[in-house]
Amino acid sequence: MTVTAHGALPDVTYDVVIVGAGVVGCAIARELARHRRLRIALVEAQDDVGQGTSKANTAILHTGFDAVPGSLEARLVREGSRRLALYAAESGIPVEPVGALLVAWDREQLAVLPELAAKAEKNDYRQARILGPDELYAREPHLGPGALGALHIPGESIICPWTTTLAYATQAVRHGADVHLDCRVERADDGVLRTSRGTLRTRHLVNAAGLYADELDRRLGHRDFTVTPRRGQLLVFDKFARELVRHILLPVPTALGKGVLVAPTVYGNVLLGPTAEEVDDRTATGSTEEGLALLRDRGRRILPALLDEEVTAVYAGLRAATAYEDYRIRAHPDQAYVTVGGIRSTGLTASMAIASHVTGLLADCGLDLGEADDLEPVRMPNLGEAFPRPYQRPELIAADPEYGTLVCHCERVSRGEIRDALASTIPPHSLEGLRRRTRARGGRCQGFYCGAAVRELFEGRS
Amino acid sequence: MSRRHVDVLVVGAGPAGLALAARLAAWGVNRVEVLEREQEAGGVPRHCRRREFDGPGFARRYAEAAVRAGAIVRTGVTALGWCEPPALDTVGPAGRETITATAVVLATGARERPRSARLVAGTRPAGVFTTGELQQAVHLYGQYIGHRAVVVGAEAVSYATVGTLLGAGVDVVAMVTDLARHQGDRLKAVNSRLGQRIPLLSGTTVTELRGRGRLTGVALRHRDGRTTTLACDTVVFTGDFVPDHELARRGGLALDTGTRGPAVDGAFRTSREGVFAVGNVLHAVESAAAVAREGVRAARHVRDHLAGASWPPAVPLLVAPPLRWIAPNRLAPATTYDPFVLRTAEFLARPVLTVTQDGRVLHRRRLLTTAVPNRALSLDGRWVGSVDPAGGPVRVTAR
Repeated sequence: MTVTAHGALPDVTYDVVIVGAGVVGCAIARELARHRRLRIALVEAQDDVGQGTSKANTAILHTGFDAVPGSLEARLVREGSRRLALYAAESGIPVEPVGALLVAWDREQLAVLPELAAKAEKNDYRQARILGPDELYAREPHLGPGALGALHIPGESIICPWTTTLAYATQAVRHGADVHLDCRVERADDGVLRTSRGTLRTRHLVNAAGLYADELDRRLGHRDFTVTPRRGQLLVFDKFARELVRHILLPVPTALGKGVLVAPTVYGNVLLGPTAEEVDDRTATGSTEEGLALLRDRGRRILPALLDEEVTAVYAGLRAATAYEDYRIRAHPDQAYVTVGGIRSTGLTASMAIASHVTGLLADCGLDLGEADDLEPVRMPNLGEAFPRPYQRPELIAADPEYGTLVCHCERVSRGEIRDALASTIPPHSLEGLRRRTRARGGRCQGFYCGAAVRELFEGRS
Repeated sequence: MSRRHVDVLVVGAGPAGLALAARLAAWGVNRVEVLEREQEAGGVPRHCRRREFDGPGFARRYAEAAVRAGAIVRTGVTALGWCEPPALDTVGPAGRETITATAVVLATGARERPRSARLVAGTRPAGVFTTGELQQAVHLYGQYIGHRAVVVGAEAVSYATVGTLLGAGVDVVAMVTDLARHQGDRLKAVNSRLGQRIPLLSGTTVTELRGRGRLTGVALRHRDGRTTTLACDTVVFTGDFVPDHELARRGGLALDTGTRGPAVDGAFRTSREGVFAVGNVLHAVESAAAVAREGVRAARHVRDHLAGASWPPAVPLLVAPPLRWIAPNRLAPATTYDPFVLRTAEFLARPVLTVTQDGRVLHRRRLLTTAVPNRALSLDGRWVGSVDPAGGPVRVTAR
């Protein structure tokens, strides 16, 4: 039950090592942690959990209405969606069931809506409904002119992706899993992993390496798929924009590709994006002038008033796209190895179902799971605006005045929350990590007021 | 939640709020309370330290003067939002409290727009600052900054930033401004360029930040379309101030489209009766001394309101490009106006300022100097008596 970020790795043979502490790897670790007899390690190349694709996505809890019917992805998204909604409620992960509208801006898009509604039915989603322009504008009065109609998917929600990943990892660690950060897997042979921090031995291996899953797969002799990173740039608008939009406004997919979406976030901001650019470099997580200009151009059409508000943050993430329409999850029993590849933006939604599926595959590979216990629930600090934050809770402040002492004013983060995050099961190793746990420095001033004070707390001087 | 009444509730213990509170308390106004969300009163001067300006000393003097005069200054207390009737919902270590007031004064100040709001593309490495964060890191906490810095901006605050960086042992590689010339003090600009050998790259835009983990450079585009990269581990975005208008906006106050702060008349009255605004939330930004004087001037009008003075309607005062904004920006009858303060977006050599209402010229004046962006420009208020209170908006143009 340890989290390490440096030093020698334990000289033990694990039952399962999971490579990659993204949302999928953490969910798998959590699922396996239910089996008390298993010795599990989660190894991660970066200095925090959820640092790759998992941190920079559109933060949507999908229904799976538009998955390819009959695919593994469709099943896992459908099942994962239900499980994650329950888990979020139990664990304090902010979720807002705002619903989505696929807005048709031309005849061609309008013509696609009935097909999408039929697809939703095939995916066992029965609440989709086509809206005419009047009802659409009644629901979204700030929508730009010219929309012809929409498909309403009431079950789509927004969620905090950071808290989800952290909750999984926290629960796994509290139930005995080891997490080794800053630990890049360089070579993999039968049961032996050579990492940047030394050697790890394991009886079973799970590859949840996201953007690097194909590389690890090749080292183990498989050429199932190639990851072609697809960059998505996103703009986060000021909280003043939140009242402009009520639903997730999704583009209608057409032959010309997917457009961009406008969505509220659980933190009370509004997202605009993503772009979709194929890039060669698996570290190309920078935004570009052209990308930002394109997003603003698209956003102006969807929600004109949005562009009058300030941008609070700009970020870019890479999605682990492959040439396949489905996840690439494969068991290799002869190697006691399971690949969890090609997990696209639906991976957050599907994570718990993927974890169960992978656990089953590990059993097929000869892993003796033993008894499964119920996990002790976790209660994560609330980062969402739809639920009371510590500064809004007089009983909490009365018990501990540190929750009434605000440090980050834009996001109203108290000193108590920063203290708690620094002392948590999986503490942050950077100011960015602290931001994802508390929102400190994540607001409209980006540290003008609080940056130095937060850094002081992080570095342990005050 | 507990509820309490005060006569005057000031939000923000910077120079403007403190000076106003001190004056009102000195006049014997019964309960004057200043809320400050930081742990110490004083506002931005707390972390301004220059050879010619002892900010921390200035902040301390104003805070002490307010307390000595009888005002109550409460630090670590945040005004979260409004409730009816004019009242603010607050939180601090002692919990939540609603404070009602006969007069509320917003003195919430201004801040610089950070990199994201300026839409500068690239990665998100460490080493990216605004002046506000940099000054606190250096002067309040003595934190490590970096080795080689690029300063974005070439106005007064940018030159102050250069001083802070050099004092912290950081080399300044260059100053970058997208305008054609610097907008600071001429002596300082000459000293920086020739004395300290810091190149000023004018007509140049920062297009991208580079580096993973830590900043490694900034990409630039010059006026002629050339692009270059400057190696650095630190970049400071200076200037480009915006008012901290959250409370004003959440309170439904009319905002001025130019300043983006609450619109006020010559008596610092906003569009909402009983709510005043003063200091850099009205005009981002003027010096600490200037906003402190403004606080003193505003005190009289707050006192008049406590004594039952009426809250008159006002005519909007607007500007046309290349002027960016003017403050005050509401014209109320029977109100005296100190000189208005304006900003221009372009350099204008000896411009003619013209004030009109419904096509009628109220005032025309040629400035004898060059109007410089990011620097105060003033217009005297003797013409306000000829404004028709029933007429349309009054406009100021520059040519």
